[in-house]
Parts: sequence; structure tokens; C-alpha cells
Amino acid sequence: MSSEWPLWEIFIRGQHGLNHRHVGSLHAPDAEMAIKHARDVYTRRNEGVSIWVVPSATITASSPSDKGPLFEPANAKVYRHPTFFDIPDEVGKM
Amino acid sequence: MYAQMVTSEATNDDPAKLVAFQARIDAGEKIEPKDWMPEGYRKTLIRQIGQHAHSEIVGQLPEGNWITRAPTLERKAILLAKVQDEAGHGLYLYCAAETLGVSRDELTEALLSGKMKYSSIFNYPTLTWADMGAVGWLVDGAAIMNQVPLQRTSFGPYARAMVRICKEESFHQRQGYDIMMKMAFGTPAQKAMAQDALNRFWYPSLMMFGPSDKDSVHSAQSMAWKIKMNTNDELRQKFVDQTVPQAEYLGLTIPDPAVKWNEDKGGYDFSEPDWSEFFEVIKGNGPCNAERLEARQKAWDDGAWFRDGLMAHASKRATAKVAAE
Ligand SMILES: [Fe+2]
Ligand SMILES: [Fe+2]
Repeated sequence: MSSEWPLWEIFIRGQHGLNHRHVGSLHAPDAEMAIKHARDVYTRRNEGVSIWVVPSATITASSPSDKGPLFEPANAKVYRHPTFFDIPDEVGKM
Repeated sequence: MYAQMVTSEATNDDPAKLVAFQARIDAGEKIEPKDWMPEGYRKTLIRQIGQHAHSEIVGQLPEGNWITRAPTLERKAILLAKVQDEAGHGLYLYCAAETLGVSRDELTEALLSGKMKYSSIFNYPTLTWADMGAVGWLVDGAAIMNQVPLQRTSFGPYARAMVRICKEESFHQRQGYDIMMKMAFGTPAQKAMAQDALNRFWYPSLMMFGPSDKDSVHSAQSMAWKIKMNTNDELRQKFVDQTVPQAEYLGLTIPDPAVKWNEDKGGYDFSEPDWSEFFEVIKGNGPCNAERLEARQKAWDDGAWFRDGLMAHASKRATAKVAAE
């Protein structure tokens, strides 16, 4: 029998109050070992206070060819940004 | 370098797509695994990142050799941490290579069968404790020269792995130089050991950058794709310019009488290493090639029952969990 350990995506919370961030991936037989490996591979220098591990196979990603349809509509909606509106100085900070 | 003489792969792709791809690279965009890429880009990167990863892993052996014999407990802990970092570097890089569609086992098997290479430098023996100093100072120093610019490489996962690696490398070089300082400023016998280590590691370190590639078509393609950022000669020159004053501070002599400051070029003149020795080492005839591959093969074989056992345990538990639900 020889089956490769599955791949896991690793997310680390760097400090209290921050989001978990994707830092990379690694192979492990199960979630428990994935956390142990993630500790050794990605937090050797106090890089984290919490670890998430997710089987890579369970991640669904948007496809690069959908980049246009997905993200371009937002470009046309500049009014979503506060800087779109000119507020006179007399009004004060807003 | 850690990836030496990587030949680029020819590409037979749609010319219009190739032009668009090159434009993205020229604009400084990062290429991500799911993006379209030329077959040659993909294959060349697998070869380069794979070779780099193998070098990190095999590179643990010459230093691992001294962990049990480090002169103090503190030195032992430091060396252990350094070698552990190299394992981490290998893992970051294997993962980057895997995003290109090659599996970890395929990469390992290619290393063990000799189909893929690792850096020539790790085929030299580490004979004395001073070699731990010389390796950190020179070998990691040379690696840094190459890895710092690679943080800007065009392939996203490779660039991100390089950022992590570079953060850790400066510890490696400094701990090596720290050992050299202790030895060079110690007893005459210790200083002689430090000089001997420098003598043996100088030319192999220069070889790490690979032979001159200023006329190589492979390098030109890789540079256009931004998977190689500088020519081998540029990096070698930078390395020599950085290292000569560091050797002077130690009171050690670079084992090359031709080393001399050249005002006109604003750098040191130096002798080329013996490239026939380099090609012999690459072919498998270096002093430690057989030993290094044997050690990797043994680790792979001896670990098989453990890898399989953990996998079997994990599937059993997963099945039990499903049954309980
Ligand atoms: Fe490294
Ligand atoms: Fe290193």
C-alpha cells in the first residue's frame, strides 16, 4: 500500500484580533497531524496564535477566466467609494 | 545555485497566447497556478523549484552530520534549529512545485533515481566543526544572493516561498559567521581550522552559481519569464565582493592569490573555479554524491511503514466516524 498523504491548506492567525491568513500547504494523513505539522512548518518563530487546516480538495476556487464577469462590474460603481462625493469644507469632517 | 544549470523547456503554444503571457510578466503581474501558462514555463519551473527543494532537503545532511558533536549545548540547539529551517524550506518549495501539477512522491522519486539534481555544494564533506561556520557563512551566503531577487519571480507560489525563506536565511548566515569569528579569534589551532574550512569551501561556493551563462539561450528564456533574475556571473561577482571584506575581518585569507580589488569595475578580480570538477560533481562523481543519495533513499525506505501506518490509521478513523454518524 502506498498512498500519498493528502494536501491541506494552512491558515494562521498571526496575532489576537487578526483574521486567519492563508500561509501555504502541507501533506498530512489527517487533520490532527496537519495541525502538528503546521506548527512545525509555519510557526517556528511565533508567527501564530491559532491554526486552521482545511483539506485542499474541499476548496472551490473561482476560475481565472471568470475574472472579468466577477470583478469588473465593481469597477463601474465608483459611487461606492466615499471619495466619489464632494462635501464642502464648511461641513467639517465626514 | 540551489538550482544550477536549469535548462528551459521549449514551448509549442499558441503564439497569441504567448504574447499575452509575456505582456503580463513584463507588466510585473504574478502568474498563479490556475492561470494559463506556456508548457515550457510550467516544465522549467517544476525542474527549477524541484531542484531547489531537493537542495534544501539534501542540504540538511552535511550539517546534520555535526548536530550530535556540536561543541556546546547552545551550539547544538542553534544548529538543530538551522537544519530544521532547511527542512521547512524544502517543504515550502515542494508545495510550490506541486501547484504546477507534479506530486510530492514523483518529485521524491525523481531525486532518488537521479533524474532530478540538487546543488553540487552538498556533495562536499563537512570534516570539522569549522565547516559549520563556513557552510553558514559561505553556502547560505551564496544562497541568499540568489534567493533575494527570486522574491520578485513571476510565479506567485515560488515568490511567496522565497519571501518566507529569505526571512529565515539571515539567521543561517549570521550563525555561521559567528562560528567563524569564534574560531578565527581563538587559539592558533582553531584559527587554522577556520582557514582550512575556508580553503575547502571557497571554490565549491563559487561553483554554486553555475558556469557563466551570459550566452545561454536557456538563461535568456528564463530571464524573460522572470524565473531567473540575474546572470550567474553577476551573482558570483556580488558574492565575492561581499565576502572578501568579511574574510579580511576574520584575518583569514581567500585561497586565491588573484583576489584583488579592481577600481575600474568596482569589484574584486578573482579566479574561476575548476569547472571540470563541477561537471564531475554534477554527473555524480563528487566526494559525497553516493553517500547523500543513500541517506535520502534510506530515509524514504525506512519511513515507508510509518507513512503508510499513519494513513491507514487516518482512513480507519474516518470510516469509524462515518459509521457512527
Ligand atoms: Fe534554505
Ligand atoms: Fe539556509
